[in-house]
Amino acid sequence: MSLDPATVRRIAKLARIRLDDDEVPRLEGELNAILGYVEQLSEVDVEGVQPLSGGAQMAMRLREDAVTDGGYPEKILANAPDRIGNFFAVPKVVE
Amino acid sequence: MLNLSIAEALDALAARKFSAVELTDAHIAAVEALNPRLNAFITVTADLAREQAKAADAARHAGDAPALSGIPIAMKDLFCTEGVRTTAGSKILSPFVPPYESTVSAKLKAAGAVMLGKANLDEFAMGSSNITSAYGVVENPWQREDGAKLVPGGSSGGSAAAVAARMAMGATGTDTGGSIRQPASFTGIAGIKPTYGRCSRFGIVAFASSLDQAGPMARTVEDCAILLGAMSGFDARDSTSADQPVPDFRAACAHGVKGLRIGIPSEYRVDGMAPEIEKLWQAGIDWLKRAGAEIVDVSLPHTKYGLPVYYIVAPAEASSNLARYDGVRFGARVEGEDLIDLYERTRAAGFGAEVKRRIMIGTYVLSAGYYDAYYLRAQKVRALMLRDFNEAFAKVDAILTPTAPSAAFAIGEKMDDPVTMYLNDVFTVPSNLAGVPAMSVPAGLDARGLPLGLQVIGRHFDEETVFAVAGALERAAGFTALPSVCAGAKS
Repeated sequence: MSLDPATVRRIAKLARIRLDDDEVPRLEGELNAILGYVEQLSEVDVEGVQPLSGGAQMAMRLREDAVTDGGYPEKILANAPDRIGNFFAVPKVVE
Repeated sequence: MLNLSIAEALDALAARKFSAVELTDAHIAAVEALNPRLNAFITVTADLAREQAKAADAARHAGDAPALSGIPIAMKDLFCTEGVRTTAGSKILSPFVPPYESTVSAKLKAAGAVMLGKANLDEFAMGSSNITSAYGVVENPWQREDGAKLVPGGSSGGSAAAVAARMAMGATGTDTGGSIRQPASFTGIAGIKPTYGRCSRFGIVAFASSLDQAGPMARTVEDCAILLGAMSGFDARDSTSADQPVPDFRAACAHGVKGLRIGIPSEYRVDGMAPEIEKLWQAGIDWLKRAGAEIVDVSLPHTKYGLPVYYIVAPAEASSNLARYDGVRFGARVEGEDLIDLYERTRAAGFGAEVKRRIMIGTYVLSAGYYDAYYLRAQKVRALMLRDFNEAFAKVDAILTPTAPSAAFAIGEKMDDPVTMYLNDVFTVPSNLAGVPAMSVPAGLDARGLPLGLQVIGRHFDEETVFAVAGALERAAGFTALPSVCAGAKS
């Protein structure tokens, strides 16, 4: 499997990263080198093997569905690039 | 004062030989002298450090001296510190001042540690050289005879350089694929990646959540054990935090290896490994044998698939974790014509080349039509790697390998393509994938005078055996060499 320039642009779009046209050929080469390298996994027999998603040696813990934190909008909004009142502000989405 | 170990400094503080303020001032002076050259710190918190040192002296005077009272350390700039800017080495977090404290840094603070500053790192901890930091490269305090400037390794390269150059007595690191152990090896210090779940991930800027683990870096095995004792423990705010008792790691360092079975995996003899590293590995085997351990050949047949698994799993998790950097709630923003344009411009300007590459690989391997072929297959091979370790640990108590396939390389070397750089992590990645603890111990110098480390891998939650083996290696190796750029050597 090898990526073409259109696929590189599509991935960038999915990842929400703006690409300039002159970045595409370099990324195409680098991404293909990485994908070529990981290709060797296809030689491993994984028939019947259960996928391992994490390093933890335990089942996920359940917790009480309760509010344990919050109530300080100023702290939360202190790092916001833009705000209106107690809200994060973004460019207009709905006309 | 700067050459003392943490254990020695704690004794001296207890005996009132010097105060925490004096110890901290000496380290601040070292930071001021060496940091302009080495660039190990992104942010120096000298005023905060002096305040904390004063408080430590006052507390000791009042008869209250917790485990690390008055010990100056460096905090990797991946741990959120309340009120102190936290960048993760990225432009996108350049304006970010966390409103909360990570669990590990809070525990160290509660134990009386003094924070000298936030240590430089590869951007979002993605790298093996510290070259991807948006805040400039870190120089390794060790120099090669040809005078080339060397990398300190990565991603915890600033932490490693600070400890090696005697700017800090210890440091926090994080290790997703070798980011504590490889820089420890490159700078002649010790560092342990504990078992996954041992240290809380709460408040650590996330890279690959199923692999990320915090750990200490210091100049001795015992110092790492002291630091890890303070950093460990259950935390309800991290859903993968292990509810396990914290053993006496420090005591374990002196246990010795008599009667222990040490595994030597043949698969770690990779093509192109420097003969010196092979030789050092053999020396390590001989030291442990002489100390009473039994050496056993073991097989970890899927070792060679560790890197390809890692370079699917880690980018996949990163692409998801880094989706939060959108210029809306925190971090830098670049305005756009509409919301999507704002996201795309913010992320294009805020992320460096390596981070973009990994996000894109991760996005691709998780995308419709490719998920099974890449991500699911990688998770299955990951399961086989865990099985390899479990089978080996049915026969042995710990495994001995080299930490990295080479000594520190020069800034600019190994930069031709991303895959060459990735090969640095060939010996370290498998323990992250399996979640087992692993430690690097400085064991010798190569022909060009550069430090090399040996790695000890242990069973899940058996850091005590790792410390016992690492302690035995440290005693046998007698590593006392100093880097060329070193504050302690002059005083």
